[in-house]
Amino acid sequence: MAFAMGKCINKGVKKITYSYRKVRFENIFRRSLMLTALAVLIIVIGIFFTLVVQSMPSIKTLGIKYIWSKTWDPVSDMYGAFPFLLGTLLTSFLALIISIPFSFAIAVYLGEYNTTGWLGGLLKNMVELIAAVPSVIYGFWALVTLVPIVRNFETKIGVAPYGVGIFTSSIVLAIMIVPYAASLGRELIRLVPSSLKEGAYSLGATRYEVVKNVILPHTKSGLMAGILLSLGRALGETMAVTMVIGNTSIIPTSIFSPGNTMASVIANEFTEADRTVYLSALIELALVLFLVTVVINMIGKRIIKRFTYD
Amino acid sequence: MNLKIKKLIGLSVIILLVACNSGDNKNSGTGDNSTVLGAGSTFIYPLFSKLFSVYKDSTGLKVNYQSIGSGGGILQLTNKTVDFGASDAQLNEEQTQKMGVDVLHIPMCSGAVVLSYNLPSVTDTLKFTPDLVAAIFLGKIKKWNDLQITALNAGVKLPDLPVIIAHRSDGSGTTNIFTTYLSKVNAEWQTKVGKGSSVNWPAGLGGKGNEGVAGLVKQTPGAIGYIELAYVMQNKMAFGKLKNKSGNFITPSVASTSAAGNIQLPADAKVSLTNTDAPDGYPISGFTWALIYKEQKYNNRSQDKATNLVKLFWWNIHEGQKYCEGLNYAPLSSSALTVAENILRSATYYGKPILQ
Repeated sequence: MAFAMGKCINKGVKKITYSYRKVRFENIFRRSLMLTALAVLIIVIGIFFTLVVQSMPSIKTLGIKYIWSKTWDPVSDMYGAFPFLLGTLLTSFLALIISIPFSFAIAVYLGEYNTTGWLGGLLKNMVELIAAVPSVIYGFWALVTLVPIVRNFETKIGVAPYGVGIFTSSIVLAIMIVPYAASLGRELIRLVPSSLKEGAYSLGATRYEVVKNVILPHTKSGLMAGILLSLGRALGETMAVTMVIGNTSIIPTSIFSPGNTMASVIANEFTEADRTVYLSALIELALVLFLVTVVINMIGKRIIKRFTYD
Repeated sequence: MNLKIKKLIGLSVIILLVACNSGDNKNSGTGDNSTVLGAGSTFIYPLFSKLFSVYKDSTGLKVNYQSIGSGGGILQLTNKTVDFGASDAQLNEEQTQKMGVDVLHIPMCSGAVVLSYNLPSVTDTLKFTPDLVAAIFLGKIKKWNDLQITALNAGVKLPDLPVIIAHRSDGSGTTNIFTTYLSKVNAEWQTKVGKGSSVNWPAGLGGKGNEGVAGLVKQTPGAIGYIELAYVMQNKMAFGKLKNKSGNFITPSVASTSAAGNIQLPADAKVSLTNTDAPDGYPISGFTWALIYKEQKYNNRSQDKATNLVKLFWWNIHEGQKYCEGLNYAPLSSSALTVAENILRSATYYGKPILQ
């Protein structure tokens, strides 16, 4: 490379072509970057339109009441998304509530208390490993180990001892989504300027007070973003949930009831959906899931913005 | 440089066009005479993979079967992307209409759906009547020591456990056979729930696949579920006897399932064997059919290919039947075999019968 450059400097004409080439390359490089980024946009819009077009038969037949009607009956061609919409929101938010204390604790411990050393490194890798384990493994583990534990617990508190249900799926989901908020939180906590922390210490703050009054306020928008990532994961999770949620379209009466989520219904019923409206109703379910994710993301973005500017 | 890039772009466009074009011609992908493509029922997959591998060794014909589910197989046959489909349910009205032409339903074997339960203290085989099964799955019987169960099973000490129902969460032929049976024998079931590969279950938990239901049943004391006979046999699970139309309590087995098909069948074999008239037949059973177009000349298919396909199924219903029992499938009864032979003889190529 250096050899070629030297040649170019020696010969004026070649130098011009060389810089001309460079400009061309820059242009091509910039354009290919832009095209790649645009491809993402096109794919998302494409998915949305595919979902809308394919849901048309169902939208036409069932109308808007699809969202809140409570019966999902393939035999009489009546479809209502409400039980699954409720199931998706219940499991995801319950999982989020369970996971937040853990992910924040892990983030603070690994970001502030134990940033280096073998234990810190090991824990960090383990947290990241949780995100890498395929969801079917979580489902299997939950079915074999968690379900009997939950069933014993349910027998003790006197509810129907199914073992499977919304509560069990929320626990599995909570474990699966911990790393998203924890890893992001850890990185952000490490980026808190040491001058701020040292200032607080010099004023006589204890370590807990530094975490509470300096680190968390400084990183809260990032922590919110982590929670949002977790929520997105929980909303779409299919396999682990379908293995332990009990898969019933009866509306859940408590968090220990069996239920069903939109993703799980699609995965379960898609292959054998043998009528046009049935298939289309399942695709409309995907559309609803898509929209729910978009809306929750938008609300989340608003919240992050508010945290950043106040 | 400029020219080079243009050439490159041109080349990639050509490659893309070629790739797209080959996608459009997928129908000719089945044009190779030594390969037959099929798709459908997951239930029959273990039997088919055995049969097709034996058949390949003796004749050289390669069969590529994808077990994507009966509904998917029917869809692929409708789109003519496969040579045959396999289904646990006959085509419904909408599917028949979409096909547009005659589709032959060739019975391949039959399977049964059994009631499996988990009652740790009970060692006797429980007896069930059709109305009892319907009442259980309608969620009307809450405890195992309910009078309706104890009256039928005198001498068996039934525990005071809640009845927990396990059903399939995925659409399946097993559910179709089971709900078809319940709709036939119980009026309340027919009006409230009905039949289909997925139904709106009035009670219970759903598990994905036979293994999902079996998992729920094995894990939950007091659970009862419906599972394919083959799966229950392989996993040595407890199952109940069921009262059939003639009033006999029948233990589900390969023999009693075959017997269920030993009745007067319609010429097109499009019949549900549930609630069979056969006195020794197990009442929750049904055929799995191979589906092919009656007129085999479509999409420029060669006559060799059509002949290969029909001969394959002819072999399946004759020599192939001996592999059924080892895999816990019920072989065709003698009356079912006669009907299947006649159906295969009715397949044509350009209007002429393929089998001479």
